Amino acid sequence: MTLPASLDEAVAALAAMPAAVPVAGGTDLMAAVNRGLLRPAGLVGLGRINEIRGWQYQDGHALLGAGLTHARMGRPDFAALIPALAAAARAAGPPQIRNAGTLGGNIASAAPTGDALPVLAALEATLVIAGPEGARREIPVSHLLAGRELLAPAELIGHVRVPLLHAPQVFLKATGRTGPGRATASVAVVLDPARRGVRCAVGAIAPMPLRPLEAERWIASLIDWDGERAALAPEALNAFGEYVAAACIPDPVPAADGTEPPALSPAVLHLRRTVAALARRALGRALS
Amino acid sequence: MSNDAATATTAAVDGTGTGPEQPTAPGHGLGASLRPADARAKTEGTFPYASDLWAEGLLWAAVLRSPHASARIVSIDTSAAAEMPGVRAVVTHADVPGDAAHGRGVADRPVFAADVVRHHGEPIAAVAADHPDTARLAAAAIAVEYELLEPVTDPEKAFAAEPLHPDGNLIRHIPLQYGDPDVTGEVVVEGLYRIGRQDPAPIGAEAGLAVPRPDGGVEIYTASTDPHADRDLAAACFGLDPERVKVVVTGVPGATGDREDSGFQLPLGLLALRTGCPVKLTATREESFLGHAHRHPTLLRYRHHADAEGRLVKVEAQILLDAGAYAEASSESLAAAVAFACGPYVVPHAFVEGWAVRTNNPPSGHVRGEGAMQVCAAYEGQMDKLAAKLGLDPAELRLRNVLATGDLLPTGQTVTCPAPVAELLTAVRDFPLPTLPKDDPEDDWLLPGGPEGAGEPGAVRRGVGYALGMVHMLGAEGTDEVSTATVKVQDGVATVICAAVDTGQGFTTLARQIVQETLGIEEVHVAPVDTDQPPAGPASHGRHTWVSGGAVERAAKMVRTQLLQPLAHKFGMSTELLQIADGKITSYDGVLSTTVTEAMDGKELWATAQCRPHPTEPLDETGQGDAFVGLAFCAIRAVVDVDIELGSVRVVELAVAQDVGRVLNPGQLAARIEAGVTQGVGAALTENLRTARGLIRHPDLTGYALPTALDAPDIRIVKLVEERDVVAPFGAKAASAVPVVTSPAAVASAVRAATGRPVNRLPIRPQAAVVVAAAGA
Repeated sequence: MTLPASLDEAVAALAAMPAAVPVAGGTDLMAAVNRGLLRPAGLVGLGRINEIRGWQYQDGHALLGAGLTHARMGRPDFAALIPALAAAARAAGPPQIRNAGTLGGNIASAAPTGDALPVLAALEATLVIAGPEGARREIPVSHLLAGRELLAPAELIGHVRVPLLHAPQVFLKATGRTGPGRATASVAVVLDPARRGVRCAVGAIAPMPLRPLEAERWIASLIDWDGERAALAPEALNAFGEYVAAACIPDPVPAADGTEPPALSPAVLHLRRTVAALARRALGRALS
Repeated sequence: MSNDAATATTAAVDGTGTGPEQPTAPGHGLGASLRPADARAKTEGTFPYASDLWAEGLLWAAVLRSPHASARIVSIDTSAAAEMPGVRAVVTHADVPGDAAHGRGVADRPVFAADVVRHHGEPIAAVAADHPDTARLAAAAIAVEYELLEPVTDPEKAFAAEPLHPDGNLIRHIPLQYGDPDVTGEVVVEGLYRIGRQDPAPIGAEAGLAVPRPDGGVEIYTASTDPHADRDLAAACFGLDPERVKVVVTGVPGATGDREDSGFQLPLGLLALRTGCPVKLTATREESFLGHAHRHPTLLRYRHHADAEGRLVKVEAQILLDAGAYAEASSESLAAAVAFACGPYVVPHAFVEGWAVRTNNPPSGHVRGEGAMQVCAAYEGQMDKLAAKLGLDPAELRLRNVLATGDLLPTGQTVTCPAPVAELLTAVRDFPLPTLPKDDPEDDWLLPGGPEGAGEPGAVRRGVGYALGMVHMLGAEGTDEVSTATVKVQDGVATVICAAVDTGQGFTTLARQIVQETLGIEEVHVAPVDTDQPPAGPASHGRHTWVSGGAVERAAKMVRTQLLQPLAHKFGMSTELLQIADGKITSYDGVLSTTVTEAMDGKELWATAQCRPHPTEPLDETGQGDAFVGLAFCAIRAVVDVDIELGSVRVVELAVAQDVGRVLNPGQLAARIEAGVTQGVGAALTENLRTARGLIRHPDLTGYALPTALDAPDIRIVKLVEERDVVAPFGAKAASAVPVVTSPAAVASAVRAATGRPVNRLPIRPQAAVVVAAAGA
């Protein structure tokens, strides 16, 4: 176990000990270790790296440290900047988990139920990756989550660059209970008035957040961006919900020989209804 | 919310329980809210549980468990494990010197699997090593060759399946027949209900320490809830006389059923005997889920007949309990399920057929309210259906059918104890409903889905539902219920020695109160429990309040007579005319007054007494017989909010009225009711240990969702009916189990009312609480 004080030291420690695993809050990693699923040869603790524990502004963006805890992101000052990420952080489990678990850890674990992930996907966030000898490269968060680009050995997620949109954004999740729980489905809706766009991502129903791009473009075309109030008719909100749900959980396609495909199971239909309701509610709240 | 309207015959307890705002124990004795003596240590985390125990030179144990639900064992090779440095012993079925099988009731469960494994997590071998990691690695290094078998996981298929065990797949069958099978009612409703697998999920996982004795015996330190039964079982497997095995009970970190799965102490003791060293084993959460018994998953098929006024005419039911791989407590659970299949209602004709069958699913066993909880969810579902069909108010329909003292159960047993069922139901029905927050802008509305959830007031429907539950007290069907207690008084301090385990039900506190009440001595200690003391039986079905409490009272009274006899003799009056209070002995007329210390005169007074309630008889081949010593009843009104698009449910409030006989400790009683109700909310909404082809899928507390403070509703104890049960030592009834039995059914009833959906499965899945038309699908 080493406890480096800077990102570059951490990267150097990982380069020197390729079998070591970085650990921040440990809420996922240590659970795996305790269950005997993982026996890391060494640990590189990231908890003392001050440069990744806060955030700074950078030409219209916020550069978020990967070591920001969910508890910190849930606070009002952060919520004023990136409301959907703050909402996701507040919903991300009981206080013990939120106090320890970090933004970077949520991305690195890439669990389908990671609450920050659909928000980052909707925000089209960029990851700033720290590599050996001070190297920095940037990759879109969706590329990492989809496995299109991977972290090389001895690379660490240093920061997350998120646009500051100064517009409403909403994160909603459905769980099976009133207390903190894992999402059965989650939806992030982000308005981008400057680009006249609506961006939406659906989490927890697939290995990575899903973006219903057509539904986004369609609903953005209906919004009166120059008007006083951008509210939409209930029918439009409803249709958006259905559009998003059908895009993320499509009907089975008929086979080439024309045979009827198997119908969706009741559980999947329920999941689709849940996504539709979440997307409708999220957009409704964003526009209200 | 105001609780002004809470009324009770003699006690009104607010739903807040033993919170700090409650006045501390007003005095002592029965009726006082005495606090447990160890409450502070437990709250501060300094109380030593079994997992905290340590002995000089101890070894660590690890158990190898089956990763399959059903397989033939071709070979077990322990050589690699035995050769690992630090490993001191490896034991398998071949190393069990005594009985190869064990079990409560029926000894059908191997200590270690020999030729077949019958469930996921069945123990196959155990290792003792000088470090816990070494033990775990060595257990993993044991090479077991399996030949996989198709698991039987559907209890309906167990009847026709190849026998999973030499004893066969049918563990018990009760065809209860009561009345005329040809009678029919004008109104008939049918239903099929499924109850999931609830886990007792004790907060402290299983742990124990075994220490070999110089005489060749062994001492086992564990959180046993029935130390003498555990000792006898262990001695039989170790091939030792019971006198050479001693079970010492450590603090119990949560028990709502049999704790320390009986198979847990056996590897420990065997390893200690083999190595001659103390051996310690602490289960991981995963092992805990794999090892101990769960609530029986149950399939219930019902047909209720009623007349046009809603009076029940006949109930037909089929009840199938999934016992898992071994018999455990399935026989008792089935008896309760069949006997209470109609609930606390008068039913002239009943035909209930119950089966408990063996499968390759995780073992089922004794969990608070077993049998009774599953049928309550079903018969109350039927009562809701009947009310809907007749257009009657659900509470009114129930009131037309409630049981009372003097009525007959479908087992032919006359209800002789107080049965104030109508009074309980009326109390919860008439309790004011909580206000809807949307009418009150000041009120923070905690919506279904929680404070950061997706709940939207417009999609929320509120529902109100009712349930009536009943349980039996003490062991049933001819179980010999007996407990022995000793009370000793010396230097103004009393000590109680009784092998009744305080599992959290509060027996030690109650024992102190009983002695305080009888002897007027304030300082009372309760000795730790071990099997050198006479047996007191298992901590279940409220038996310790009754049987062990009764024994303590008798012993205390005997000490009282010993103390007062010489004085009474000296003053020429009977002992009844003398009173003891605050350490002083006074005569009825106040002429004589002396202190207890003076009367004791340096003597030491001892008395030992037994309590044995009246005997019961087994249910016969048609399910008839006086099988139960006593019954306890409960009525719950549930108020739920349902997000009818997402199907998320929040239980807003549960109003509870309970038949308690007599309140012995108000604070403790409220805490027991709240705990029971909350466990029932878990069973209603989230707690289901899921399996796939017999394998437990998420053996952790993330996958298995226990209720948190946010999931727990406001619990209003609106009435505690104190009608003393004359055959019980204090007139008090068991209080912990009946709220667990009743609250899941009440929640399901309220969700039915909110959504109009049938809700025939527990826990309630979100898709069962969605009103599809409103979701626009």
